[in-house]
Amino acid sequence: MKRLLVLLILWLPVYAHAAFNVFACEPEWAALAKEIGGGDVKVYSATTAMQDPHRIEARPSLIAQMRRANLVVCTGADLEVGWLPVLLQNANNAAVQPGRPGYFEAARFVPLMEKPGRLDRADGDVHAAGNPHLHTDPRNILRVAEALTARLAELDPANAAAHRARGQVFAARWQAAIARWETRGAPLKNLPVAVQHKSFSYLLAWLGLREVAILEPRPGVEPSVSHLARVATQLQETPAQMVLRAVYQSSRPADWLASRTGIPALALPYTVGGNDRAQDLFGLFDDTLDQLLKAAH
Amino acid sequence: MLRPALLAAALAAAFPVHADPQLDALRAELQELKSAYETRIQALEERLKATEANAGTAQIRTVEYREPAAARPADPTRSNAFNPAISLILQGQYAHLEDRDERGITGFFPAGGHAHGGVERGFSVGGSELVISANIDPTFRGHLIAVLADDAVEIEEAWFQTTRLGQGLAIKGGRFRSGLGYQNEQHPHAWDFATNNLVYDALFGEGYGNDGLQLKWVAPTELFVELGAEAGRGANFPGTDRNTNGAGSYALFGHLGGDVGASHSWRGGLSYLAAKASEREGELEDINDLHAETLFSGKSKIWVADFVWKWAPNGNASEQNFKFATEYFRRSERGSLECTDNTQDGGACDVLDGDTEDAYHSRQSGFYAQGVYQFMPRWRTGYRYDRLDSGSVDFGANSANLPVTDYSPTRHSLMLDYSPSEFSRLRLQVSKDKSMADVSENQWFVQYIHSLGAHGAHRF
Repeated sequence: MKRLLVLLILWLPVYAHAAFNVFACEPEWAALAKEIGGGDVKVYSATTAMQDPHRIEARPSLIAQMRRANLVVCTGADLEVGWLPVLLQNANNAAVQPGRPGYFEAARFVPLMEKPGRLDRADGDVHAAGNPHLHTDPRNILRVAEALTARLAELDPANAAAHRARGQVFAARWQAAIARWETRGAPLKNLPVAVQHKSFSYLLAWLGLREVAILEPRPGVEPSVSHLARVATQLQETPAQMVLRAVYQSSRPADWLASRTGIPALALPYTVGGNDRAQDLFGLFDDTLDQLLKAAH
Repeated sequence: MLRPALLAAALAAAFPVHADPQLDALRAELQELKSAYETRIQALEERLKATEANAGTAQIRTVEYREPAAARPADPTRSNAFNPAISLILQGQYAHLEDRDERGITGFFPAGGHAHGGVERGFSVGGSELVISANIDPTFRGHLIAVLADDAVEIEEAWFQTTRLGQGLAIKGGRFRSGLGYQNEQHPHAWDFATNNLVYDALFGEGYGNDGLQLKWVAPTELFVELGAEAGRGANFPGTDRNTNGAGSYALFGHLGGDVGASHSWRGGLSYLAAKASEREGELEDINDLHAETLFSGKSKIWVADFVWKWAPNGNASEQNFKFATEYFRRSERGSLECTDNTQDGGACDVLDGDTEDAYHSRQSGFYAQGVYQFMPRWRTGYRYDRLDSGSVDFGANSANLPVTDYSPTRHSLMLDYSPSEFSRLRLQVSKDKSMADVSENQWFVQYIHSLGAHGAHRF
């Protein structure tokens, strides 16, 4: 027992400093942290593209990972309000508490859309700060990348130069990619679309698509068949070219509407890991653009 | 945007054509207002067009956006700027029960009353729970849970916790629910069933709360390892309030947990609680089947083993998920038991005989196991089985007065609940309750649990 304790004590500090651990709440920030941190960081993603980031439980594995983290990278804007505070309270990690440099919220570096005019739970799952699905606009990722580069350099001074260099390389590649996507996405301008949840507001605003219908009666509330029937009637007056949903969302509402109206339903990857092609941030937008363009024809 | 102009127009139209000069003046004023708005709207539209044109040429050069940090709203995790996060839980139920003078668990001393109230027949409102929490300063966090009942406000929890002790350590102080077991830290609104399980019912009444200190450590490992120690006043069952310095109860607990693939997660633990009791009041039926009151002084030691396993396809619990939870306890109590004189009613405890106070030793155990399945969004169903073992009870000389039972109290519960949103839940439950010997009762419950205010926590 005594030997075990001594071993544990000797081993702990070594273990804690073995790597710079990044705890990312969502896969997009995990991917971004990998781009900027490269081999100097160890990145853990708390969620996958198959999970609804609103509805995660504070599992023991997440508490354990947060305990080890040197930097926590999350979206903020209430997206993780149900579970991130629980993790922060139970992980006993002083370095990543809100207000400390180890706590990074992407929403602080991006202008948010759709700030609600009134706050009332009768309106469903309302986010007071605005729509939190901000990474679906690649220009926002660039903003966050810049801030994250600075934060990594601050927290990991030994590798600061490497972080900055990788950050610059990423920014350059990303800007070129944005230009490419914008050229490719030009035909999508003004295309009317329906969405299941307001997951793609930033994407639509960026490419100039028009959101003509939302399948959810209120944010976060699953549509009933009668509500979908009303949406279908509405779509007869203002037709949409496609129905968009994220892969983690139930396929039923979009598929039902697609079968009823003949409008193609697309399952967009939404984030990194959402399908085979969306294995990194570049692949995510390549695939999203491909799917949109294919359905637009 | 057009609303003021429309309003002005509507008002103007509402006035009759041949009105008196006063009305004319009003109409002129409105006209003025209307034109003023129209010019402002025109100006705004022009500005919008200009901005759109600019945006077209700007394209990628949008990175310079940076709001000054001070102007940003507060962190969502800090909830509400400087105001604490406040939430209020409303709960109530309709219970269809048989008429009984007394309810208890055969072979177990009752674990004391509670402000949440026992189970009442018919319609009743449970205690409304008020939760207030916030960071106190960079060093501490504070939390209060008060239960508002008809004739009392009970402080269920009122504690502070350190937030920057480092090394995975945190100290909690004040009144708090012990970290032992799995369900102990959950308040009734978070239970998966309308009624408490027999294990917690017999051990603590609702859950073990204490006034004291807790030290908790989380290991920096991939496997979740949490160790905790508590010392406190120990005023609650199975201990009693004692007029002394020092601590009346100690608890130790450890939990392990992790994921198995993307779809499974688990947590298991072992806890120990030792509490001192001094003249703890209890009620029993004596050997003549008459009401007898007892006083226990001594030590109560409890071991609890808990295990929780959860499944959700790809870890996405919003469509379907399953939860299994079980807890097992062993309790040993050693000390002396006094049976207060009840000879006036014809009872067996006769103080004049001189043998109503003697050594007492009991070893009892029990468990519950439950499964809750969300079969479609918003709908869950669950089954729970509770079983206690009266174990071995040695009343010493009181054996002449008090009977020993070998009855095993059990209860089956089946529930169905519907949650229109994260903030509301309606539940139907039917239980077959055999917690009292010779009684098999079918119980029906219809329950609502609503939460107002701050977003609830998704605990494991």
